[in-house]
Order: sequence, then structure tokens, then C-alpha cells
Amino acid sequence: MSVRSARVLLTAGLAGLSSMALIACTSNTPEAEKTNDNATQAVAAGGNDEPGKKVKIGFSAPAADHGWMGAITKATQAEAKKYSDVELIVAEGTNDVNLQISQVETFINDKVDAIVLLPFDGAALTPVATKAMEAGITVVNVDREFDSTFAARTTVLGDNKGMGVSAGTYICKEMKGKKDAVIAEIAGIDSLPLTQARSAGFKEALADCGLKVSNRVAAEFTVESGEKAAANLLQAAPKIDAIWNHDDDQGVGVMAAIKNSGRKEFFVVGGAGSANVMRDIKAGNSLLKATVIYPSTQGADGVKLARLLVQKKALGDLVEVEVPRTVQLYAPVVTKDNVDQYLPTAFES
Amino acid sequence: MSEEVARSQATQDQSQDVPTPSGQAMIEVDPTETTPRGGRSGGDGGGTGNAVTNLLKSGAGRNLGLVIALVLLCIVGVATAGDRFASTANVLTILRLAAVIGVVSIGMTFVITGGGIDLSVGAMVALASVWATTLATQQLATDYHWILMVSTALLVGAACGLVNGLLVAYGKIVPFIATLAMLAAARGLAEILSDRKTQIITVNSFVDFFGGSLVGIPVLVWMFVLVAAAGWVLLNRTTFGRRTFAVGGNAEAARLAGIKVQRHTVALYVLTGLCCGIAAVMLMARTTTGSSTHGGLYELDAIAAVVIGGTLLSGGRGTIVGTVFGVLIFTTLNNVFTLNNLSISAQSVAKGLIIVIAVLLQQRLAARAP
Repeated sequence: MSVRSARVLLTAGLAGLSSMALIACTSNTPEAEKTNDNATQAVAAGGNDEPGKKVKIGFSAPAADHGWMGAITKATQAEAKKYSDVELIVAEGTNDVNLQISQVETFINDKVDAIVLLPFDGAALTPVATKAMEAGITVVNVDREFDSTFAARTTVLGDNKGMGVSAGTYICKEMKGKKDAVIAEIAGIDSLPLTQARSAGFKEALADCGLKVSNRVAAEFTVESGEKAAANLLQAAPKIDAIWNHDDDQGVGVMAAIKNSGRKEFFVVGGAGSANVMRDIKAGNSLLKATVIYPSTQGADGVKLARLLVQKKALGDLVEVEVPRTVQLYAPVVTKDNVDQYLPTAFES
Repeated sequence: MSEEVARSQATQDQSQDVPTPSGQAMIEVDPTETTPRGGRSGGDGGGTGNAVTNLLKSGAGRNLGLVIALVLLCIVGVATAGDRFASTANVLTILRLAAVIGVVSIGMTFVITGGGIDLSVGAMVALASVWATTLATQQLATDYHWILMVSTALLVGAACGLVNGLLVAYGKIVPFIATLAMLAAARGLAEILSDRKTQIITVNSFVDFFGGSLVGIPVLVWMFVLVAAAGWVLLNRTTFGRRTFAVGGNAEAARLAGIKVQRHTVALYVLTGLCCGIAAVMLMARTTTGSSTHGGLYELDAIAAVVIGGTLLSGGRGTIVGTVFGVLIFTTLNNVFTLNNLSISAQSVAKGLIIVIAVLLQQRLAARAP
């Protein structure tokens, strides 16, 4: 065999082996997730869960560039699968408002019965949501609020201001009256009203015990942005007493930046309530002492409510026959004492 | 034999054509035909290949390739989604989505044909949308007329384009770098102006005008059509367009031919900025908001559409029709994916593949031209 053909064979062989190795490494579902799917199906079904008229629901959410958003989409799809009378059409994955608007327009053209919409920006998607409502489609707004009451029949959101208040109150308690404590805040996407609400609540609660936010930076809910923002914050403030990080997904980056800096003089309070953070809180060996839950079940709740609305059923356990206009989910603080209660429903980053 | 003679004559004509910016140059750089050698000798059939290849090589042929791709996509759409795809409402949805990025892509066609590139289009759209929806502007619009918001957006876009153009033409900064700087700066300025909040439009007359439709077709789509038509006329039927090809093809030769290259370059970037201003107005109408998060990654979509449309990234050849087809192909792809409940991530991979295939095909067909 000539040198040349030997070389060709060798290169081909190497290429073939490496591509086989790469392909073998694409499997990505952890064992735990597979068993979890079974667990969630064994939920008690009430009278409202009896199959009724067929409901076609369109679901749109922004790009799942962080765990919380991914959990929203997964939970929504899992919830829809539980009902035999629900057909869920999913159009997610974009942070471009122009594209999300056209996704909703496609739902309208499809004449779906209901749309569950987590808009990238509530104000930007308000016109198309109003158009859907005018076309007779029931719109359920999730998380990021529209700015018109005509744009949705029901809104499911977390308690953003309450999140800030809970975090601020917890920090106040931990500071035990220390007067000029340096409190830092790492916010999420600043252009969203929900971030502004969280910051407002935080500020209010801190003011109550005489403290204020000394340093504030904003990230974008992603790990990378969290790491960048936290690194800058640590540089800007040589001594910190407590940090509130709005979101545990960007928190992975935040904790990485903290670890890289080697600083330990403060404690960290998280937000959203990821399983990672809860495990750290439970183990008690990291700077994370608490987190405030921002439920990632909002999309799933939206689907449930949409189904009730289209089938004209009432929300069980309420006397009122109509489904409420707004359902605001509670934001509990999770610490080492109660972490076991919340860990099972926490989302993976 | 005759073809070789014709070829060498054409080459001679070419080298004589370059110095004169008169009608003769027109023949040489006419974008609706391939390099003269390929198109002119099409009549000799037997030597250079069959009629089909020759047809594909000509300008109409290149667009034919795009049309075929679009038709294929439509067939896939109809096959998988039936009359959900083929309905008027769906076609209008596709067109409305294509309108905003389409206008940006038309501006980008001019810049790329002129030998440059503009990475800041998305940021310019954001800045224009923010500036036109500040409380001050909206107050003026309420007091006088909503057209003030439109003019603000256009002015801001043009001004950013002017800065880009000056940096590239007179500052002699490489277009990639100059527009990269504008990308960062414009986005930052938009964030500062809006304080990172979404600005809601309260001028109802503005929203009503742009949200309406004429003869059943939305105003936004009409705007896209008008901009595309104006762009085509400007590029193919005016001296400005001729000069653009000359500057993009060979800037030094264009300068020697008497074209004011620097001024022309500035004009191209201002034109792109203007298109971004128009796109900002359309986006403002579609979302009733102005925000510093608008226009994210638009530059990539625009460049992709322009490139698969047949415009050379190195400059010197450009086609508005191709760009329009490029935009339509991507938006139809998006629509088919949405109708079929498919993940947007898979769509992004498909988009990458389409770009690669389109460019490879164009290269092969161009290489075959003798």
C-alpha cells in the first residue's frame, strides 16, 4: 500500500472513529428525569378533570435560554398530556417579539380555542393578544403581563413584588439591626416590568428596617450574564454583607463568579427556587442561605385554566362559577428549615 | 472557435469599458445578467454546456433557483399543513413577518453591493424605535401629527448611518469594525434613553394608521413592497445604482473613473440607516412599543437573506429581487416549522444548512461561467 493511500485510510479511520464517538455522546436524558415523569402523572384527579369537549390550545413562550423558562415549557407540555381532551400546539423558543407575534398570528389563523402566552415583552405582544381575544379566542397571560385588560381573559403570574419583599424581609432579619450593612442586588432582565416590581419590593422591605441597596447590577437570567454581572459587582464592592440574586439560573453564574473571587464575607439569597439552590441550602455548605420561590408551574396552570375556560367550567373549590381574572401565585421563602417541602417540585437549572 | 473570439472580444470590451462611467460600463456590470462572457456566449450551446445550465447562470436563472426553492418550501407546507398553510390569512402572516426584516435586508443589499457591510442594523432599529417613542416625541406627536414619530425614527436611523458612513469612508475604518462599534454604542444609547424600560405608544392615530390595511393587504406589507420597488429602481435604473456596483466591484477603478467613492459610500450607509428607521416604524406599529430589546440579531438575518439572494459579499453584484426571495424563503421556512409544531432549534440548524447550500450552488454556477 502506498504512503498516500495509507494516510488517506488513516485520516478516514480517525474521522470515522471520532464521529462515532461524538454521536455516542449525544444522549442527554438523566435517569432521574425519566422516573419523575411517571411520578407527576399520579396526581389526584378532581371532578373538573373529567374529559369534556375537545380543546385546542396554542402555547408560546420565549427562548428557553435558562432553566426556569425550560421548566415552564416542559411543565406545560406535561400538563397538556395528562388530558385526553387537550391538543397542545407549541410554538416557543424566540426572544424576537416580531417572530413571537407571527407565532400568535398563526394560532389565530388556525382558529385555536385558547392561547396560553408567555410574552417576551408583555407590552409588545399586547396588540396581537387583543386581536386574538377579538377573534373569540380565550387568551391566558402567563408571567409577563400585557398592558391592556382587553388582551387576556385570565392572567397567571407570580408575586414579583412579594418576591422582593420576602427577600428584603429575610435579609433584614438576618442583619439583626446592623445599621450600615452593604446589601447588593443582582437583578434579571431590567427592561421587564417584573424585574422592576421585584426591585421595588426589595427596596421597600429593606427601607422598613433602615437598610438600602448599596450596589445593583442587572443580568439576563442566563448563567453567562449572571457570571459577568456578579464579577463586576464583586469588583465594585470590596465588602458586602448580603446579596439578593433575582434568579437561580443566573445564580449558577453568580456563584461561579463568587467562587472565583474567593470572597466569603456575605451570604446569598436566591430567587425562583431551582433544585440546585435548594440542594445547596439543604447541604448548608455554601453561601446560599435561602431562596424565594417563583413558580415555574405557571404555564401548566395556564393550560389548566384555559381548558376550564373553554369548557366553561368553574375553578374547583371556589364558590364563584367563573374562573378568576388574575391568579397570583404565592412566593414563599425557602430556608434550611422548610426546604424538604419544596424540593420535590423544584425545577432543574 | 467563435465562442472564444466572442469571449476575448468581450474581455477586451470590458477592459475598455472600465475607465468610462458612461453607458458602456452599464453593459459590463449589469446585475441582471451574469459576467458578460457567460451570458453573451449562451448562443453557442454545444461548447459550454446545455441550455438549462446556461439558463441557470443568467440573472433570471439565479432568481429561478430561488423561486424553485420557495415553491419547494410551499409544497412542503401544503403537504404537511394543508390549507392551514395555503390560506390567505397565513400568506398575510408570512408577509407581515417578512416585512420588517425585509426592509432591513434591502438596505443591507445596498451596503453589501457597495463593498461594505453593516453589523449595526439591529441596534439602529432599537435606537430609532426608542427615540421615536420617548415621552417628548410622543407628546409632540399628540400635539401635532403622528408623522413626527415617523420622521424621528427616520432621522435617527439616517444619523446613525451617517456616522457609520463617515467612519468607513473618511476614517478609513474597516466596515466590519466601524459598524461593530455602532452596534454596541447604539444599543447602549437606546438602553440609556429608555432607562431599559419598554416604552408604550399612546398616540392612537399612529397605531391605527399602520395597523390598518389597504385593499385587504396590511399597510406594513405595502410598505415592504414600496421599499423593495424603490430599492430595485434605485439599484438598477439610476446612476446611483450604477455607481454602487462600480464602487463595490472595484473602488479604485471607480475613483479613477471620476466617481466620488467616499461620498457614495457615506450615502450607502445613510440609506441603510434610513431603511432601519423605516423598519423601526414598522416594528413600533406591530408591537405598539419602542424598546432597546427590539431588533436583536437582525443583522444576521439580513445578511443571510442578502447572501442567499445572490448578492456577493465581496461587493460588485447585487440584486433586490434576490434579497426579497431570500427573506421570503426564511420566513416561509419559519412558518412551515411553526405550523408543524417543530422546534425552533431545529429550524436554526435548517437555516444554517440552507445558507451553506445556497452559497455553494451560487459559487459552482459562477465558477462554471467561462
